[in-house]
Amino acid sequence: MSERYSRVGRPRPTGSRADLRAWYAVRITALALFVLALAHFSMTHFVFDPADQTAEWIAQTRWNSVALRFLDWSMLVAVIIHAFLGMRTVAQDYVPARIRTVALFVLYLLAAGLLFIGTTVVLTLPLK
Amino acid sequence: MARSTAPLPPRRTLKDYLAYRGGEGMVAWAFHRISGVAVWAFVLLHVLDIYFVGGNPQAYNELLKIYASPAGRMMETLLGAALFYHALNGMRIVVMDFWPALTAYHRTLWRIVWVLFFAIGIPGAYIILKPIWEVVR
Repeated sequence: MSERYSRVGRPRPTGSRADLRAWYAVRITALALFVLALAHFSMTHFVFDPADQTAEWIAQTRWNSVALRFLDWSMLVAVIIHAFLGMRTVAQDYVPARIRTVALFVLYLLAAGLLFIGTTVVLTLPLK
Repeated sequence: MARSTAPLPPRRTLKDYLAYRGGEGMVAWAFHRISGVAVWAFVLLHVLDIYFVGGNPQAYNELLKIYASPAGRMMETLLGAALFYHALNGMRIVVMDFWPALTAYHRTLWRIVWVLFFAIGIPGAYIILKPIWEVVR
């Protein structure tokens, strides 16, 4: 049996196929987010000041092209996969077994809800 | 039921926790998990606040005032620190997961994480916090 923890982090799962897929998905999205999320944070905090980024500015400048919206939507998808699979690991570690199924269901529901809300705003905000 | 006669473990003080010698791997793991949960919590808030850009622009602009306030900038600096540590240490984990031979150098890699964290993070924090000094001046 493989160790649950190692100095590396969580070792590659050997039993469940779902755990193995989640393990790979977390790492692949991590690579994407290293670029996308850090670029997003730099853009919103270093290139532009938060005080200037009003709703109008987002509609007219930041999201004035389909390509920029697609980039941010890709980040949304990657961040939801990465963050919620990470929280799945946390839930598996700390949530008692008798309520774990319910907790994971709530977590997945929340992920689907956030993806829906984020996708809605990216698709419905008029292009200026 | 009979009470256990086993002696209670000694009560731990803050000093004991500070003197903890779990090793770099354990501390790196704990920071990674804490920063990950913190960023996850912000993602929940951020997707909802972006929804207001289309749904209620005035409410978004009001919220923006909180983000741009001194307290908001402090929180954003902490968010940036959590995000940056999680990203750098995450790369350390990915590198060691896919090239296990590098696990032997996990302490060195963790130190590189901290060098990059402070070398890039301090100027970054200055840029975010700078408007506070300008207001004070």
